[in-house]
Amino acid sequence: MSSTSGCGFSAGLRDGIPIALGYLSVSFGFGIMAVSNGLSVFAAVLISMTNLTSAGQVAGLTVIASNGGMIEMAVAQLVINLRYSLMSLSLSQKLDRHFTWLSRLGTSFGITDEIFAVASGRSGEVSKQYMAGLISLPWVGWSLGTLLGAAAGEILPEKLKAALGIAIYGMFVAIFVPAARKAIGVLVVVITAIAGSCALKYIPLFEDISDGFAIIITTVIAAALGAVFFPVKTEQTEGDEPA
Amino acid sequence: MSTRLILYIAVMAGVTYLVRALPMMVFRKKIKSQLVQSFLYYVPYAVLGAMTVPAVFYATGNMISASVGLAAAFVLAFFGQSLIVVALTASGAAFIAELMIGAAG
Repeated sequence: MSSTSGCGFSAGLRDGIPIALGYLSVSFGFGIMAVSNGLSVFAAVLISMTNLTSAGQVAGLTVIASNGGMIEMAVAQLVINLRYSLMSLSLSQKLDRHFTWLSRLGTSFGITDEIFAVASGRSGEVSKQYMAGLISLPWVGWSLGTLLGAAAGEILPEKLKAALGIAIYGMFVAIFVPAARKAIGVLVVVITAIAGSCALKYIPLFEDISDGFAIIITTVIAAALGAVFFPVKTEQTEGDEPA
Repeated sequence: MSTRLILYIAVMAGVTYLVRALPMMVFRKKIKSQLVQSFLYYVPYAVLGAMTVPAVFYATGNMISASVGLAAAFVLAFFGQSLIVVALTASGAAFIAELMIGAAG
């Protein structure tokens, strides 16, 4: 974890720099993906500014591109982002006594895997100034990267654009491969999820299931399988889930 | 922007925000159930696996360059490289493959 000296806004800003840099490059890929799915630059940036999450946004694009229903969109976001509930819950135990109702509302907007990981890695409680600082730069990085990617997506040569479209999947791979290597439970969950999403896509029997629901169904089955057969200890669920 | 697109974005942002905000506003105790905790722990990995395969093979519009990019990402991720390094190398490898396919074709 990064340096933990200081507890105010500037300390938060500093701890957010590496997260912001990572977000900048990954959201570039999201921007390109959004534009190639027919969204405007403005719509792409608006999504990033209001959602601040990679997996949920990519799933959202999938639903939009396939003209899915609003219920489908809501359920997809709920299932995919459900982990933030756990982080929110965990982080709520760490907030110092100066946190008001309003600052809780503000802080909860910025809960991402990385921000949660850094905040929960700090010793003791966190202040609302620290959390505001910590969230600021990653939010700017995520929005700015989307803007640059979406704008570039309209002018870059086709081959380069195509190659950059794979960046966000590269990030996903960088998250689940090392985790699957370390824990058999994660490995089984990932393989189950991959098998499930391939089955739902290629087996004709399931062709009426939309892409958004395919992600939902697959996720619930794979994660439930993991929870039943490879339950994890409490400590493991806190702070070691990237992105 | 169409009304439908605005509605999509509002639903995305609204649900995502509620998922983040409600527990912090409502609950002050930790989830005790190991089953629920384990389920939530595995959700990100299940989501990412399901969203990556098979979609990644269609990400570049060419299955060969996509496979090259995915293979590069897998190897670097396996050896613990950072998110940025893996993401950019995957793109770089896919780009080189695109150029070679273009030259060969």
